[in-house]
Parts: sequence; C-alpha cells; structure tokens
Amino acid sequence: MIAYHLSVFAQNRPGRLEHLTKILADAGINVRAFKVSDLGEYGLIKALVDDPDAASRALDAAGMTVSKKPIVAIDVEDRPGGLHRVFRMLTDRQINVEDAYGFAVKDRAVLVVEVADTHAAMALFENSGLRLLTEKEIYAL
Amino acid sequence: MYREKQIETMPRPLLEALQLERLNRTVQRASRSAYYGRQIRAHGDAVQTLKTLADLRKLPFTTKQDLRKAYPYGFLTVDRDEVVRMHCSSGTTGQATVVFHTAADIRCWAELIARCMYMTGARRSDVFQNMTGYGMFTGGLGFHYGAELLGAMTLPAGSGSSKRQIRFMQDFSTTLIHIIPSYALYLLTVFEETGLDPRTDLQLKTAYLGAEPHTEHTRRRVEAAYGVKAYNSYGLSEMFGPGVAFECPEQDGMHIWEDAFLVEVVHPDTLEPVPDGDEGELVLTSLTREAMPLIRYRTRDLTRIVPGRCPCGRTHRRIDRIKGRTDDMFIVKGVNVFPMQIEAVLMGIAEVGSNYRILLDSESEMDVMTVEVEVRSEFFRGDVKGLNALKKRLTDALRGELLFTPRVSLVEPGTIPKAEGKAVRVTDRRA
Repeated sequence: MIAYHLSVFAQNRPGRLEHLTKILADAGINVRAFKVSDLGEYGLIKALVDDPDAASRALDAAGMTVSKKPIVAIDVEDRPGGLHRVFRMLTDRQINVEDAYGFAVKDRAVLVVEVADTHAAMALFENSGLRLLTEKEIYAL
Repeated sequence: MYREKQIETMPRPLLEALQLERLNRTVQRASRSAYYGRQIRAHGDAVQTLKTLADLRKLPFTTKQDLRKAYPYGFLTVDRDEVVRMHCSSGTTGQATVVFHTAADIRCWAELIARCMYMTGARRSDVFQNMTGYGMFTGGLGFHYGAELLGAMTLPAGSGSSKRQIRFMQDFSTTLIHIIPSYALYLLTVFEETGLDPRTDLQLKTAYLGAEPHTEHTRRRVEAAYGVKAYNSYGLSEMFGPGVAFECPEQDGMHIWEDAFLVEVVHPDTLEPVPDGDEGELVLTSLTREAMPLIRYRTRDLTRIVPGRCPCGRTHRRIDRIKGRTDDMFIVKGVNVFPMQIEAVLMGIAEVGSNYRILLDSESEMDVMTVEVEVRSEFFRGDVKGLNALKKRLTDALRGELLFTPRVSLVEPGTIPKAEGKAVRVTDRRA
C-alpha cells in the first residue's frame, strides 16, 4: 500500500509554521518528520505524520492549502555508505528523485522519496537489495 | 505663438456660433450610424435642429458600455471604404472599444496636435522624439502625425530601450519629447547610470506628458531634472486621442479646443451640469469627427473648468489636471485597465478562486501591478513544478489580455480579505 506525506503551501512570513503545527497539535497528529522548502515568496512544507488522512482533513478545514503526496520510504543501512548505496540503486533503476529527506531514528535510517510514478518505483525496488518500509512502519516511525 | 490665431483667439460669441453650427452637422452625421440613427429617430423633431447650445441636453449621453455593445461598426457613419484608420483598446473579453477615422479625421487630429505643439513653442526646426508606444495606443501615432505636420523631424522611437533613447537624444539633438510621466522618472535612473546629465549634456527644451494622471509635483520634478518645460496633455481615443486639451506656456490648466469639442462638466451621479469651476465628470461632444462622431460622451474623468481668462489670450476654456475617475478604471504604465478584464481572465482558470486582489506599487519610479490570487487545495498538486506552471499560466493569460506583463503572486486562501457587497479589488499604493 502506498504511504503519503503532506505538502502544504504557505506564505513566506512569520507565523505560518506556528499556525500549521497548532492545527496538527489540536488534531492530535504526531509529526514524524518535517521539512521546509524555500521558494521565495512562498514555501512548501513537507510533513510526515502518523495519520495523513486526519491531518489533511484538519488542515483543509482550517483553510490551508494541502495535498497528500505519495512517497516511498527506503530502509537505509545505518553506517557510512548506506545512503550512497541507496542513490546508486536509484540511478541504476533510472528512478528520478523529485524530492527527498532523510533521517536516522532509533536503530535505523530512513530516506523518504517523492518520485514521478510511485507504483512503478515500488516495483523497481524488488530484487534491488533494498527494502521499502511498509505503510504501517512509516506512520509508526 | 498661435498656429491658428483666428480660431485660438476667437471671441466667445463667434466661437459658440461655430459650435452650434458644427453641433447640428454632427447630429445629422451621427444619425447615419446604426446606434445614433435609432436614438435620433426616436427623439424626433426635437433634435433635428438644435437652436441653442443648451439644447444639447435634449440628447442622451453616450457611455463606454454603449460603445462596447455596438462593437464593431454600430457607431460608424461612413462606408467602411472611407475608413483609413482604426484604433482599438486592449481587451478580448468583451471590453474592447474601437474608434474609426476617415482621411479627414486623421488630418483634423494632426492639426490639433500641431496646434498644441506650436503653442508650446515647437517649430519646424525642432527634433521630436516620440517615446510612447506606437500601435493601437493613440498617443503614439497621434503625436507622430501632428509632429510631422508641424514639420519637426520626428523620431518614432516608441517606448523602452532606454539606452538607445538616450543615444538618439545625443546623436540627433532631440529638443522635444513625448513621454509618459512614470517613464520620464524611470529614465532619470538610466541617465545616472550612464553618467549623463540631461540638463547639460543634451538639447532638450520641451517634454509633453500624457496618458497617465500625474501631480504638479511630478511635473516640476521632470522639469528640474531634465531642464525642460513640461506640458500636460489630455486626450482619449474616442475623441481622436491626444490633442483634446493641452497646456499653454502659462501652465495653468489645459486649453480644451472648443472648436473641435463641446465641453460639459456634470455631476457624476445626477448628470446635471455643475457651475464652472466645480468638479465633475467631463462630457465631450465631438464637433469635427467624421467616421465616428460621439455625442455627450461620458469620459469618466473628473476635472473642473479653470475659471477666468488665460493671459495667453486664447478664448478656449481650460480644464484642470484630471483628479481621478468615476469608474473603477486605473492606469498602469500609461495603459488603461479595468478590473473586470483581470477578473474575466482569472475566472477562466480553474485553479484560482474568485478571490483575487490587484496591488499597484511604484518601484524605481515605474508602475508595478501585482495580481494576488489564492491557491486552492482542490487543485494544489503539492509541488514546485505545479506552482510555477500555475504562476506562468496566470502571467501569460493576463499578459494576453492587458498587453503588458503583470506580476503574479500566489497566496494562501484567506489572505485576501473578503469584501462585503461590491469587492474592492484594487489597492493603489503608489505615491
């Protein structure tokens, strides 16, 4: 099953992140990873949360511009060269990374990736030597 | 000093008699058009021959809306074969207005401009650089034909290409320029860059400022910075273009040529005439236009008659600089814009809500128009490509309609205050 993170459009001015996270907090959403991209006048916030559907509804209801984006989450070896190995494989399979963020947590490292065609990408991971996290694992990070 | 002394200094009773004669001829001519034909036939004998200028009030007003509805040929009084020129305003969304000219119209128009320029001291020996846009904009070709008739060497420079404009001024010893005020101020920054001082390094004597309302302060700035005398010019394409009213060397109001136009100033709501000197909406009736005469045309420009006789000796009354509009039209870089045009474009693009805002600012002396639109969740793909594509689509669509490139700013829903009743779409933050 495909997992999702949220992409939120926000004006580049003080208070927007506070506003966004208040909405998530009030909805009881637990954020697993968070990234801000600077696009000048506005920015895109990517948030990996434990319940993207509920979070999306809450943000929408509050009038924010939000979209659920499909992702793949790759299990990365937690040692030097682990991340490189992942990107080498992506190149080998000609998978283009649209957006990504990575982090180390507990006893593993994870790379979350947005690609153009998520289904196709997931298929390409079979027999690649790399493991994708399941939907359940992602939201429980 | 007077190109046409007899007309320019004609005693009022003679001038008014001339106006009455021309008014009657105009009404007769206008009745040949589809639009006025219907109206004039409906009014019957009452308007067949007007006995006094006051009888003008028996005729109904004409509005821009009437022109739009009758697009394209509803107001034409001659065979199309007689038409040698057409000028059209921007607008593809039902907002366009078209104006036609016969050869005689072009000649009349050029004579008016030549008269205006001569009044300010321009002669055959001058070199005139026309720095406003050519094409449909009547300011370009209008001044061009007038300057050529006057005999000045005319440079059809158009607008933009600032460095080249300056080089022309140097190489050809330009003495007269026609330019929109905001561009004149912007050009000063380019002069600074090149290290040239227009006051000492050039031969400029006179600047004609038009197409946008500007303050006395701006005019004095242009005069001081360029070392010229700067004259205010007023016109509208429905009445040829520039050449309707112009300042004389007294620079205290613009003489409106009453042998060519019948002037009324009315209260914008009651449409009753206001006393001379009181502010109101300028209403004009053309007295010499052939292809497309207009009767009691509401210009939507707010002004007043400057009372009293001008020391220059001209008996044609003066109007004050334009204070504003009675509709929601605004001007950016000399181009007329109606908020409806922008709204029509935005409504055709699904991704944006009906909530938008137009911001007008001044940056480095240039007008900047920013259209703010709210990005809606339903169409938000959540990536940069999508946002950039949306922004580009909006910019291209607006440019196609307005003929200049506005800025587009994507904002969050709820950013733009929802107005109760009639939305206030335009915020003008220019000085």
